[in-house]
Amino acid sequence: MFNASSIIVGLEIGTSKVCAVVGDLAADGALNIVGLGQSRSRGVRKGEIADAPLAEEDVRHAIVEAEQMADVEIRSVYLGVTGGHLRGFNNRGVHPVVSADREISEEDVQDVIKNAKTINLPAQNHVIHAIRQHFLVDGQDGITNPVGMLGSRIEVDVHVVHGSLNRLQNAIRTVKGLQLEVDDIVFNGLASSLALLTNEQKELGSLVIDIGGGTTDYVVYANGIIKHTGVLAVGGDHVSNDLAYGLKVPLSRAEQLKIEHGASLLDEAAKGQSITISNELGLPVKTVNLEHLRRIMSLRLEEIFQLVGQGLEQADALDYLRAGVFLCGGGAHIPQIAKLAEQVLQMPVSLGKTNSISGLKSALDQPEFATAIGLVKFGSFQQRKRAAKSSLTDGIKSTLGQLFRRV
Amino acid sequence: MNANAQKEALVETPKKNISVKVLGVGGAGINVMELMLKSGLPGVGFAAVETYAQSLAASSASEKVHLETQLLRGLGTGGDPDRGRAVAEEQLPKLKSLCEGADVVFILAGLGGGAGTGISPVLARAAKETGALALGFVTTPFGCEGGRRQRLAQAGLAEFKSFADGVVCLPNQKVLTLIDENTSLLETFRIANNFLADGVRGVWRLLIHKGLIDIHFADLAALIRDRHAESSFAVAEAMGPTRSREVMDKLLAHPMLDGGHVLGESEAVLLSLIGGPDLTMAEVNRVMEQVNRQCEHAQVIMGAAIDEAFSERLAVTLIAARKNPEPPSEETASGAGAEELAQQLLPCSTTARPGSRFVPPAPALASDQVQQLLARQSRGGARQRKSQARSRQTQLPLEIVSKGRFDKSEPTIHKGEDLDVPTYIRRGVALN
Repeated sequence: MFNASSIIVGLEIGTSKVCAVVGDLAADGALNIVGLGQSRSRGVRKGEIADAPLAEEDVRHAIVEAEQMADVEIRSVYLGVTGGHLRGFNNRGVHPVVSADREISEEDVQDVIKNAKTINLPAQNHVIHAIRQHFLVDGQDGITNPVGMLGSRIEVDVHVVHGSLNRLQNAIRTVKGLQLEVDDIVFNGLASSLALLTNEQKELGSLVIDIGGGTTDYVVYANGIIKHTGVLAVGGDHVSNDLAYGLKVPLSRAEQLKIEHGASLLDEAAKGQSITISNELGLPVKTVNLEHLRRIMSLRLEEIFQLVGQGLEQADALDYLRAGVFLCGGGAHIPQIAKLAEQVLQMPVSLGKTNSISGLKSALDQPEFATAIGLVKFGSFQQRKRAAKSSLTDGIKSTLGQLFRRV
Repeated sequence: MNANAQKEALVETPKKNISVKVLGVGGAGINVMELMLKSGLPGVGFAAVETYAQSLAASSASEKVHLETQLLRGLGTGGDPDRGRAVAEEQLPKLKSLCEGADVVFILAGLGGGAGTGISPVLARAAKETGALALGFVTTPFGCEGGRRQRLAQAGLAEFKSFADGVVCLPNQKVLTLIDENTSLLETFRIANNFLADGVRGVWRLLIHKGLIDIHFADLAALIRDRHAESSFAVAEAMGPTRSREVMDKLLAHPMLDGGHVLGESEAVLLSLIGGPDLTMAEVNRVMEQVNRQCEHAQVIMGAAIDEAFSERLAVTLIAARKNPEPPSEETASGAGAEELAQQLLPCSTTARPGSRFVPPAPALASDQVQQLLARQSRGGARQRKSQARSRQTQLPLEIVSKGRFDKSEPTIHKGEDLDVPTYIRRGVALN
């Protein structure tokens, strides 16, 4: 009533960069990206925080930069999480319909979803997402909204993403240490897919692979719903490490070589060529064989795609991908990576582009911000759901509260 | 009274009727046997076999066999395995009568010297001829003991493997990775001997206890017999409420298992869990989950047994067997040793010895094994061969790959492979 738009912030604490994206959700539901802050990440390994003070500092830089650009004060964020400990699997919940006329009510739907969420997890694991896929009424599949239908038994398939509670708490604690609230935690792959995929692509079936610095996250959509998710704790850092080891150069130099001269495929033109590395005075210090560089990179990237492919084969998700594969994340910058992925996965591959969001052009075009943008989009969905649920009086109370907090 | 007796009977699983004999051969073997005698293994017959009379006298085994001939005159083999072998061949009937009546014979020896290296293959043959299952538990010398002993040990190991049903070898060198600088020599040898003794005890428990989930004697025999190959074993024990997790951590940290690499390369894994009456299915599950995750390609045989003495504790014995890969390291080691030897010593009698060495016959292949071998060689399809080759690709243990950035972080293990190690190294792609 007082302030129709609200600010949603997505924060991704990644292995190579920390990135905060500020979005502005207007009353009519349009989402605008108004601010972006990023900072080099030093305290994160393989997607998980290894050095908390360093990570806190980096997050602070990123948040401050985003605040300055968007000219707002950030109070709460949607936090993206990833790590090798995350697992996704499908679970089914069953619930008999109790009402006498066998009509399925809203409560039945809630109950069956609750049943689906009660899974036998290891004690220290925490469910991050329980995404409902579709309902089955008396065995009839493919029902999206069973409320009002008749049936004696309702089942629901739910995709559950869970991870180790302690590691998730580490990330949340780091953010809370900066006096920021965490509105929700979101799996990075899910966020990336929200940013990249249109509804049509979700219907046809697509795979989103986010090749980050520390991890590679992947999400499969089929028939409009999530079918499978997974995390592989191998990313751009491993490529740099391989290069540092294979070319016998220090790690920072290896990263520079990777960015400047790296490619996913070994082509004939590269054979026999070498690169001279010069030190800060411009004097040549070492020569490095380009073919070796390409070969080392190509092997590691090929292996990453093979492992993703294996994971999908095991989950039986490879047959549904008619719209193809979309790559995002820092790794999508590597030249010819789409071609390599096509060779390995035997499917059309393209670089993902964020859509249906307006705002900062520079951010939207780059594949490495897809996750943070997706977090904002996720936040906007949550906001809309919350707004729809709350009544008018609640609305006034909350906006009053927001007003006083802002001031 | 009756009900009580029944309840008590249920608490401990009954022991099977298998007769086991432990034979310690040579100085080192007898030392390990002493350790086991001290801790006691009920129902097992112990015997010491030696050429050197004095070490026999010091042993507290119930049976002692002194291999004596004109050649030796009670002074031992002098570090020459040929002499040891000759003496054992001469006294073969004595050895056979030693193994008579036993179903399983454990042969303990330290390879590299004269008695253990020379006598154990013959002893294994004798045991087989009396119809027993012969299992060898041997150690190989420390690196500092010199190239000659290593060479002799490797040659003896190869020979022993060709006769025994299975050989579990603990290289003493691996024990060095476990101790710190201030450990005394005595203590180091004691640790090494203890490992071996633990292994024997673990396998014995496996055989003797009729488990709730039973491992038949035949399973163990089949596992070890067919492979004719390298086996690694590890024993770990833990107690307390988190024992299932602890015991798995300890097991994977065991020097023999190389941090899970061995499990990833194994073809068959035999796992035996012994716990007290309070062992829960969840704990068994947890242990098995971890093992299954580490060795996805292997055939896993699991057995569980209850022992009253094990309340609050959980002991896991793991034996991993894999088909004998062409051992490049062995050959290069022996090659290097030979050069070293030629440089250091004047051509002495050992090198000029006439070819009286006993050459073990080629392993006899059953007809279906021959078929398999031929089929494998001629199987077409580049991708199949590549995928086969990839699945058998082992990490060459020649250089230690430092993980650079990932040195201090938790390794990413996927199906037994450590993904932090550069891909081109794991696939063996050479950069020239």
